[in-house]
Parts: sequence; structure tokens; C-alpha cells
Amino acid sequence: MRTINQFFSKIREINQRYAKPTVEMSRGVKFSLALLRVYLFLLVVLMVYKFITVLKVV
Amino acid sequence: MDFFSLLYYRFKKVWKAVRLYLVIAGPGLVVMIADNDAGGITTYAATGAKYGYHLIWFLLLLIPVAYYVQEMTVRLGAVTKRGHAEAIFESFGAFWGWFSLLDLMIVDWLTLVTEFVGMTAALSIFGVPAWLTVILVVLLMSIIVLNGRYWTWEKIALGFCLLNLIYIPAAFMVNPSIADIASHGLIPNLPGGLTNELFFLLMANIGTTIAPWMLFFQQSSVVDKGLQEKDIKMGKIDTFIGAIITVAIAIFIVIVTGTLLNGAPIDDAATAAKLLMKTNHYVGAFMAIGLFDAGLLGAICISLASSWAFGEIFGWAHSLNTKVKEAPWFYISFLFTLITAGVVPLIPGAPLVLITLFVQVVAVTLLPAALVFLILLLNDKKTMGEYANTRLQNIISSVIVGSIIILSTMYGVSALFPNIFQ
Repeated sequence: MRTINQFFSKIREINQRYAKPTVEMSRGVKFSLALLRVYLFLLVVLMVYKFITVLKVV
Repeated sequence: MDFFSLLYYRFKKVWKAVRLYLVIAGPGLVVMIADNDAGGITTYAATGAKYGYHLIWFLLLLIPVAYYVQEMTVRLGAVTKRGHAEAIFESFGAFWGWFSLLDLMIVDWLTLVTEFVGMTAALSIFGVPAWLTVILVVLLMSIIVLNGRYWTWEKIALGFCLLNLIYIPAAFMVNPSIADIASHGLIPNLPGGLTNELFFLLMANIGTTIAPWMLFFQQSSVVDKGLQEKDIKMGKIDTFIGAIITVAIAIFIVIVTGTLLNGAPIDDAATAAKLLMKTNHYVGAFMAIGLFDAGLLGAICISLASSWAFGEIFGWAHSLNTKVKEAPWFYISFLFTLITAGVVPLIPGAPLVLITLFVQVVAVTLLPAALVFLILLLNDKKTMGEYANTRLQNIISSVIVGSIIILSTMYGVSALFPNIFQ
């Protein structure tokens, strides 16, 4: 139990340490990150769709 | 200055450069040659068997692709003294950091399983049971990594890189037609037109040339070796030589299978080795030894890429220059990844085909993100200073990265939906 607590406190510490991005958030950077989010979202949708179709076949 | 004095002066200068290169050489060579892992050998063997020498020109195009992507990690590592995972966390925040780290962990573990599959299949040709191969590999890799010195680890890894050159004598032993290689292989052509099958194979060749773990591995390796800004030039040369060697090895594999197995259906490199043994025992044996070595090199680098990344983020000591007592979590995570991946091929009925498929799909989620982060980080002038990307470097790397993202996405999607591009 203590180890699990230590693990989660470590995760919280990491999240705090890296809470603020240090890279300058120019328009180019913001656009790239937004595009990346859309790309990954579409990929996840495709994977979920595939998973559901496979489940239906099974 | 007379002629001989000038000649001596020039020789001394070149020799000094060579000596400096030999000190700095390592990360670029190891990552590039390890790129020809078990999956890579299978892809090249299948390319040669299916299309003969016709796609050698395409492999040559992959030299600048591999070089331009990987040299950015050299600059980033040498300037920031941070691994790729830490750089992403710090520059883009915890969300993108966790995404990259967890994705890397999954991709690396799955890829490691495919390396073990390749190694066990390779040694089974010589009658070695799979369980014995796994035990031997885990022991060997533990000895290499746990020695407590980066220098020793790197030199041993370079030794295994040398063994990867076994495909060169194999190619000469099959007596290929040089005229056919020149006329069919060096002139760009698409045999039979751009069919779905050819497109899939081209994408597989690109996919095997640039893998997510390579970015994380080389940057961490540059940091662990302690390369400085002044070493960047030699680090880039090291990467360029590595890119040439890795593509050269790929071409020699294509020549071997293109000469002896042209038209044979090849699903994996072990099948190619078995078929080659029927025609030429030594060439088949060389193919099997090369496959084992490729799997081993891949496993060495991939397992380290994960451990380095975790060490960077969790703040554990994470250098190969540390003893086990000083960096227990670094070595525990290394061994944990290695042993759990090694056990999978031993499980009867393990879904190995599904795992191979899954590697391609998950890699597609990580690779574009890691590449985009790489370019953005190289444009952060505040951190990179004079080593930031120039306009020309941005144009070249953006074209390469854009092409890789489009093609690898199509590769991943076609792995999910095999008939989508028909």
C-alpha cells in the first residue's frame, strides 16, 4: 500500500514539475499541437471502429 | 613546404580526425545498424523475394531520410543534455509527455517481443530450442548492460554491428548478376505498376527505416556518452556512416533473396533462411545468423530506450556508467522489459501475428508525434541557439517528416483495414 502511495505521489510530483510547457507557444507550435490532437483522435476512432467490427464478427 | 612535408601534414590531420571520430563514433552507428532488426530483415528478405533487384533504388533513397531525422537527435541531445522523453515533458508539458512515454513503453515492449520471435526462429534452424534461446539472450544482454560502463557496452554493441555485415559475403556467394543489379535496381522503376502489394511493401520499408524507439534511443545515448556541442559534427558523420551501412546491408539482403528466392512467398526471414539452406547451406546459415544478430541488436537498443526514458522522467539514476547499486530502478526496468517480452514467444498459442500487427498500428500513433516534437524542439532558438534548424534544414526535415507521417499512417491504417487502398 505504501509503495502504491509513493508511486502516485511521484506521478503527482512529475505532473507538477512539468505542469508548464517551457517551449514558446507561437502560432506554429499551437497549430502543430492542435493538428496532432486531431490526428490522434481520428486514429483512436479508427481503432475503436476496428475493435467493434472485430467483436461483431467474433 | 616540400611535397612530402605537405603530404605528412595532411596525413597527420586526417589521422587526427579519424582518431577523434573513433572516440565519438557509436550512437549513430549502433542505432542505424540496430534499425535492421528482426522485422527489418524480414521486410528486406520479402522485398527481394517478391520484386528481385527492382526496389534497390528505393532503398538508396532511405539514406537521406534516415540521416536527416536521426541527426536532429544528435544536436538535441548534445545541446540540451536531455533525452527525448525528458525534452518532450519539459517543452510540451505533462500531457504530451505521458502520452509519448506510455506509447513508447507499449511500442518498445511489443517490438521487443517480435525481436525474440525472430531470434528464437533463427536459432531453431540450428536445433536450439526456443526456451534456451530466450535464457541465453537474457543472460547475454544482462552481462553486456550490467557491466557498469557505457564504453564497454558500446564496444560490445559495435561488435554485434560488425556481425550484421554477414549479409555482404552471403550476397557475393550467390553470384548475382552485376549487370542485372545495375539495370534493374539502380534505375527508378515500379515493377508491375503501383499495385496495392507494392505500395504496402514500400511503406513497410519506410516503416522499418524510421522507428519511434530510434529517436529516443539515439538522443539518450548521446547524452549518456556525454557528447558536447563540439562533438556534433563527428556525431553527424557517425550517423551518416550508419545510415549508409544500414541501407547497404538492406541492399545485400535484397540481392541474396532476389537472386535465390525470386518469386518465392516469404512471410518471415526465418522461412527465407530455411529456403536458402536448400539451395546453398552456407548462405541459409548466414541468413539465420544475421537474423539472430539483428534481433539481438534490436533488443539491446529497444530495451535501453525504454529504461533511459523512464529514468529521465522518474528521476532515477539512468546511466550505463552506474553500477546496479547506484541505479537499481534503471536496471530493474531494463530486466523487467526484457524478461516479460522474452517469455511471450514461449507461451503456446501466443497471438504473435496479432502482436506484429499491433506494433505497426501503435507505432503510427507515436511516430508522427515524436517527429513533430523533434522539429519543434529543433526550432526552439532559446534552447538550441546556433544549433537550431536553419531554414533549409526545416524545409528538408519537414518534407521528410511529412512524407513519413503520411506513408506510415497509410501503412498503419492498411494494417487495420487490409483492403482499404484497393
